[in-house]
Amino acid sequence: MGFRRRFSAIITGPFSESKRPTHRPMSTQRKAVSLISGGLDSMLATQAMLDQGIHVEGINFFTGFCVEGHTHAIRKRDKAKPKRNNALWVAEQLGIKLHIIDVIDEYKDVVLNPKHGYGSNLNPCLDCKCFMVRKAHEWIEQHGFDFIITGEVVGQRPMSQRRDTMPVIQRESGAEDRLLRPLCAKILPPTLPEREGWVDREKLFDFSGRGRKPQIALAKKMGIEDFAQPAGGCCFLTDAAYSSKLADLWQARGERRYEIDDIMLLKVGRHLRPRPHFKLIVGREEGENRFLEGYRKQFTHLYTTSHPGPLVLLDGEADSEDLQLAARLAARFSQGKNADTVRVELHEKGAEQRELDVVPLTNDEIPVEWYL
Amino acid sequence: MSHHQLDARRLLCPMPVIRAQNKVQELAPGDTLLVTCTDPGALLDIPAWCRINGHEVLEAGVNEDEEVLITIRVGG
Ligand code: SF4
Repeated sequence: MGFRRRFSAIITGPFSESKRPTHRPMSTQRKAVSLISGGLDSMLATQAMLDQGIHVEGINFFTGFCVEGHTHAIRKRDKAKPKRNNALWVAEQLGIKLHIIDVIDEYKDVVLNPKHGYGSNLNPCLDCKCFMVRKAHEWIEQHGFDFIITGEVVGQRPMSQRRDTMPVIQRESGAEDRLLRPLCAKILPPTLPEREGWVDREKLFDFSGRGRKPQIALAKKMGIEDFAQPAGGCCFLTDAAYSSKLADLWQARGERRYEIDDIMLLKVGRHLRPRPHFKLIVGREEGENRFLEGYRKQFTHLYTTSHPGPLVLLDGEADSEDLQLAARLAARFSQGKNADTVRVELHEKGAEQRELDVVPLTNDEIPVEWYL
Repeated sequence: MSHHQLDARRLLCPMPVIRAQNKVQELAPGDTLLVTCTDPGALLDIPAWCRINGHEVLEAGVNEDEEVLITIRVGG
């Protein structure tokens, strides 16, 4: 693909004598960790540092909400062509190591109690960025790295990448001026790596705003031809449909909390809430059904036996009338939807399995409000 | 040099990669690790992770239960 790989080079000054901060000899190669999202911007920022002879390793945080990979893995129609993990792919193109860090548990506090609030959906972008840079800062301290880089661009995102929020991230993450944004560094105050001459500020960039033209031009110049196109945000929390399902979950439970299984299940199947006290998760095809099967033990579940149909999980509490309704809905989503009766096998949590013969609901009997 | 196993079934990507990465960190160069996954994405992701981080994939494939089996030799 005509991409140039850079390998380690030794940086040789010039350092300003008066400001030499550290114990290291001048010829020591400086090390940066780069927040790799899988998109173009972090790729460009990283390449810019490699071009300046910095040793760069990538870091990628898995929050549980990331768009990467898994929903594609669940759905069968994508199975023949599993989606690549863009962060890994980017790291490979750049020729850098990548550390993927599971932050699922710690990230809950970011989603549940964002100090700076949410964006247009349940995306706590500013708190999220502070959190990730803070984790990266902890990482560089543990691993003896010198600074952190991100692909942020001033004015690119309405919440986390505004001129006035950029310093907030530096401050609240604790990274302070060890956080360098190569793509817009020239319009921000000089950071430690620039002041110390580890990085030549003149060779950094002054990108701002939402336009993508400078990035595309830079990619071309760097020989980067193949990259993931940015699609809104980097996680499901920017997705309106996903956020409304999450909000529904909190409302139904009467408290704001989640487990990893909850947020995974929100990505799978149709979700319908016919009554405030229970909802149904209906597999849409074989891959989803297989995924939902892994949750059978934890949930009351049902499926049609007289006709092929989906696996349906019931989340919440249901009395016999509710179970009847759930069975009629399961029948509706089966191939027996037009049959007079459909047989449904019901596995109620903590009870013997039993069979119900039900009349499938008609489309008109399912109010749109039931769909989450 | 020892052989190890990791059960990453029912985990969705990138969790199998993260588990493999964390396990490899505990192992010595030359050790081998057999990772079993159910997410077909692991067949791309784990070898990519190995290439990036200097480990060798000795074998990668899918068994009759559609489980992905990947054997890694830890690099130096
Ligand atoms: S889109 Fe998601 S991952 Fe990206 S900054 Fe916002 S909350 Fe964080």
